[in-house]
Amino acid sequence: MEKTISDVKPKVFGVLAQFSSPKDVYHAAEKVRDKGYKKWDVHSPFPIHGIDGAMGLGDSRMGWIALFSAMAGCFGGFGLQYWINMFAQPVVIGGKPLNPYPAFVPVSFEPGILFTAFGCLLGMLALNGLPRLYHALFKSANFKKFSDDGFFISIEARDPRFNLNETRKLLEDIGGRNIEVVED
Amino acid sequence: MVDRIGHAGTLSSAILFLFRQRWRTAINRFSEAMTIFAVMCAGIFPGIHVGRIWVIYFVFPIPNQMSVWPNFRSPLLWDVFAVSTYFTVSVLFWYMGLIPDLATFRDRATTKVREFVLSVFALGWRGSARHWQNYERAYLILAAISTPLVLSVHSIVSFDFAVSKVPGWHTTIFPPYFVAGAVFSGFALVETLLLIARQVFGLHKVVRMHHLDNMNKFMLLTGSLVGYAYAMELFIAWYSGNMYERFAFYNRALGEYWWAYWIMVSCNVIAPQLFWFKKIRFNIPIMFIITILINIGMWFERFVIVITLHADFLPSSWGYYRPTWVDIWTYIGTFGLFGTFFLLFLKYLPQLAIAEVKGVMPEANPHFGDDHHGSAVSKTSNSKGH
Repeated sequence: MEKTISDVKPKVFGVLAQFSSPKDVYHAAEKVRDKGYKKWDVHSPFPIHGIDGAMGLGDSRMGWIALFSAMAGCFGGFGLQYWINMFAQPVVIGGKPLNPYPAFVPVSFEPGILFTAFGCLLGMLALNGLPRLYHALFKSANFKKFSDDGFFISIEARDPRFNLNETRKLLEDIGGRNIEVVED
Repeated sequence: MVDRIGHAGTLSSAILFLFRQRWRTAINRFSEAMTIFAVMCAGIFPGIHVGRIWVIYFVFPIPNQMSVWPNFRSPLLWDVFAVSTYFTVSVLFWYMGLIPDLATFRDRATTKVREFVLSVFALGWRGSARHWQNYERAYLILAAISTPLVLSVHSIVSFDFAVSKVPGWHTTIFPPYFVAGAVFSGFALVETLLLIARQVFGLHKVVRMHHLDNMNKFMLLTGSLVGYAYAMELFIAWYSGNMYERFAFYNRALGEYWWAYWIMVSCNVIAPQLFWFKKIRFNIPIMFIITILINIGMWFERFVIVITLHADFLPSSWGYYRPTWVDIWTYIGTFGLFGTFFLLFLKYLPQLAIAEVKGVMPEANPHFGDDHHGSAVSKTSNSKGH
């Protein structure tokens, strides 16, 4: 790793290793997990079935976000109609009640769906810390293969167990290829 | 109403996702794109119909200078909410599926401009497993809510007719009948477009014969449901004993517009019955012709439903509808709009769900090639316990 500005030592982001198949990266992930690393990640062109278990991840919190957005949309939609018909503009038409709630079902349901959809997309992005156009891994030319047919494991330097040589050795031992140190 | 033809794309995509139909990956991106562009075309017509486009904001509950609020008891207002929600959710569903594929395009971009634009829309996606976990859950929830959404949208569209007290419209069969019709015509239009794209872009290995076979079977099923609905409408019109209702259907089938009614029946009910034969389900030229017939038939379905108005309660409004050149060119214009967007989509965006197609490959399974399936499974379940 030759530096152009030798007196400024760049911070190391972490170590990146490539694997050749979903199977390899899956078993490698199990080993990284068993070593007790926490700040690390698997990168793949598509979601690998069961990789969250192999990485020891907890459950996604998306369900809760969706539930609360759905309730906000539904109650908001119903509340809007109720408020308009009861308070903002109460008009009796054909002797019918001011609050004909069966007629309010569609416009309670639709905002519920709309809010859930926004909750899903924005919630997913928020949980993932996206959009984030800059990331240290994008400096690696080889990393571009993640969106094609490459499978990667990156272990970050901020992990307490991170040690440049040992971590690099671990990735080599579990079958990683093209191992490189990525700078921040 | 005419452009409601292509609206079932999101439905087919979402329902097939929920049922874990892996062949969905061949058609989902197409059908979602088709839905979005069709709704954009459809959105033009209410704009024309309100007559005063500059006061279209009256349909939204926005505080205004007259302190007047929209009437939430009207199906027309439900339709505003249903269609705008449908469009927005379809776009979000489509975009969410596009994010990983946009990242693929970004990483293969050849020019700086393309790379910049694609980088912005790919949102910095880096295929992280931690991201995929949230992504997959969010996508599942989106598919799960899109399904009832689409059912509700077509039901609410049918309420525009069914809630009014017009003979021939005021029927309870309308919501399921519109939903079945939407799936039917949605699959037909997807197949029409897909058959062309498959030929032009050589997608034979992704869009396989058995995918087309499955779509044909769907059209057979939903076409039969639509046929049942037509028959049931006639039966109930007779069985109700209501003379106005009877006249409406007598007039539809045997009145001045008999030709439109029978084109509809031939195209929507009789043509798809050919799909009972396996040889026809596997014959590309014939299935292409049938999908075109279905598209025509579904257009005539809306024509027949709406044109019932030509002989309503006011003799002064009786007459024979002849489209003006404005009508015809407005309609042709929507084809142009749809075609423009669809071709731009084919040119600049991933036509197929790349990440999803990769994900359903046998090699994508982390236990691919394991001889002892039992041990591989127990290994996974053990590791999940950690």
